[in-house]
Amino acid sequence: MSIDTKTAAHVAKLARIRVDEDDLPALADEFNTILGFIEQLQEVDVEGVEPMTGVTPMRLKRRDDVVTDGNQTDKVLSNAPDAREGFFAVPKVVE
Amino acid sequence: MLDLTYEAPTPKVIQGAKHDWELVIGLEVHAQVASKAKLFSGASTQFGAEPNSNVAFVDAGMPGMLPVINEGCVALAVKTGLGLKAQINLVSAFDRKNYFYPDLPQGYQISQLYHPLVGEGEVLVDMGPGVARKVRIERIHMEQDAGKSIHDMDPHMSFVDLNRTGVALMEIVSRPDIRGPEEAAAYVGKLRQILRYLGTCNGDMQNGNLRADVNVSVCRPGDYEKFIETGDPSVLGTRCEIKNMNSMRFIQAAIDHEARRQIAIIEDGGSVVQETRLYDPDKGETRSMRNKEEAHDYRYFPDPDLLPLEIEQAWVDEIAGSLPELPDEKRARFVTEYGMTEYDANVLTAEVENAAFFEEVAAGRDGKTAANWVINELFGRLKKDDLAISESPVSAAQLGAILDLLAKDEISGKIAKDLFEIVWTEGGDPAQIVEDRGMKQVTDTGAIEAAVDDIIAANPAQVEKAQGNPKLAGWFVGQVMKATGGKANPKAVNQIVTDKLGL
Repeated sequence: MSIDTKTAAHVAKLARIRVDEDDLPALADEFNTILGFIEQLQEVDVEGVEPMTGVTPMRLKRRDDVVTDGNQTDKVLSNAPDAREGFFAVPKVVE
Repeated sequence: MLDLTYEAPTPKVIQGAKHDWELVIGLEVHAQVASKAKLFSGASTQFGAEPNSNVAFVDAGMPGMLPVINEGCVALAVKTGLGLKAQINLVSAFDRKNYFYPDLPQGYQISQLYHPLVGEGEVLVDMGPGVARKVRIERIHMEQDAGKSIHDMDPHMSFVDLNRTGVALMEIVSRPDIRGPEEAAAYVGKLRQILRYLGTCNGDMQNGNLRADVNVSVCRPGDYEKFIETGDPSVLGTRCEIKNMNSMRFIQAAIDHEARRQIAIIEDGGSVVQETRLYDPDKGETRSMRNKEEAHDYRYFPDPDLLPLEIEQAWVDEIAGSLPELPDEKRARFVTEYGMTEYDANVLTAEVENAAFFEEVAAGRDGKTAANWVINELFGRLKKDDLAISESPVSAAQLGAILDLLAKDEISGKIAKDLFEIVWTEGGDPAQIVEDRGMKQVTDTGAIEAAVDDIIAANPAQVEKAQGNPKLAGWFVGQVMKATGGKANPKAVNQIVTDKLGL
């Protein structure tokens, strides 16, 4: 699999990262290097090996269905560039 | 319908300009889990709270915050799976579905794409007496809900409330087994009923508790059967997905409109483009959400913050042991245990609260009479005042007491209705009210005889007519009832009138 500049531009757009047209070839190259490394891993024979989901022998931690958090509107909104009447205010997004 | 002697309904046929067409429909229903706290945080799920008050830092996507799963949500999802006779997967896993939107602060939704918690199940959708559609469930997975954007509070800004962000949803995915708009609405209705019986989702569609995405395609008669035989979806038409509907009426209207739109395109020689559409209830049409298409590159991958969810069979068995009686079983039992019609059983079991109320009234009494009273008097009155059964001014015990007075012949049917109205508006112990207000039925034949004698004496012309035409005896019965304020026992009055007139 090879990444061209068009794909690189698409990935950048999905990630909401602005990339100048001139920088796209270099970005595509970097992607290809990463993918090349992953492809190398594909060469390992994993026939019959269970996929590893974690490196620690742990069970997924759970909690009870109890309300223990919330009521901190000020803190939640404190980093927002704009907040009004308890809401985050963002530039209009509408279908 | 436990005996499974039902027939499948005939698919809906829409006549196009050139041919007949059939519909193939599959639904993805998002049901909010009836938990107290969110799926991965300890914030409340309470609806209608102040904006951004039910928000933990996890929900707000603050850096460094880690999700911890709510075991109660998992239990409710497992219970739902069991209620839909589905396979429970002891190992499932969470994946990230990546997209940007202001009401999704994490930048991804935690969902279960590759390894859902619940596998294949089924729902039997009743479409009339002895007719039902078996809709297969493909899977149920758990996921986070997004926040809410409000667009109409400011001309230039959208306002975002994260209270709903991270609330647990069950996405219930059906197979394309549904063959018409009515079936689709009935399917959602049945699903809602089962969820409410299970207590795993409140099913409040107005508040977005239950929302459906509908996949619709059209095909020529016979094509669907080919698809079922071969499993090859290419014999069917291209489908469109109508997103996010929260009313059964809209679901029905949207499917109908969408099918006709697709038929018109195909008959005009065009082809349907697979896309996501929105239903506009004001215009009664669907429109494309094309601008979202590019964003539909979700780049799913396993969530590195969460280990796989492993549950034990013993725990699943324990949950299975706590399953309540479900609608189909309850309805069948009502028919056999109380001797009521299937129709009445349907009405009484539609909502689990109604069924419970009825059973309290019927306990130790005649089931048919109890069913009649609950359905005709109580439900009728509740509807008139627009009240829920939980708000009924007449309790099950009070209604039961009225039925006891009726069964003991202490009051007539007419008086019982008056009594019901009194208890409805004023409350109180029905037996005491009857006692205090002298509403007891007159069964003393002496008093009734006297009343009959008076009326016969006062109406010689009517007596003559009645003797020629015994059907007119009813007039005398009516007069006696009037004279006694409806308290005379109608059976006794009938007998005495017949005797006295020598009929």
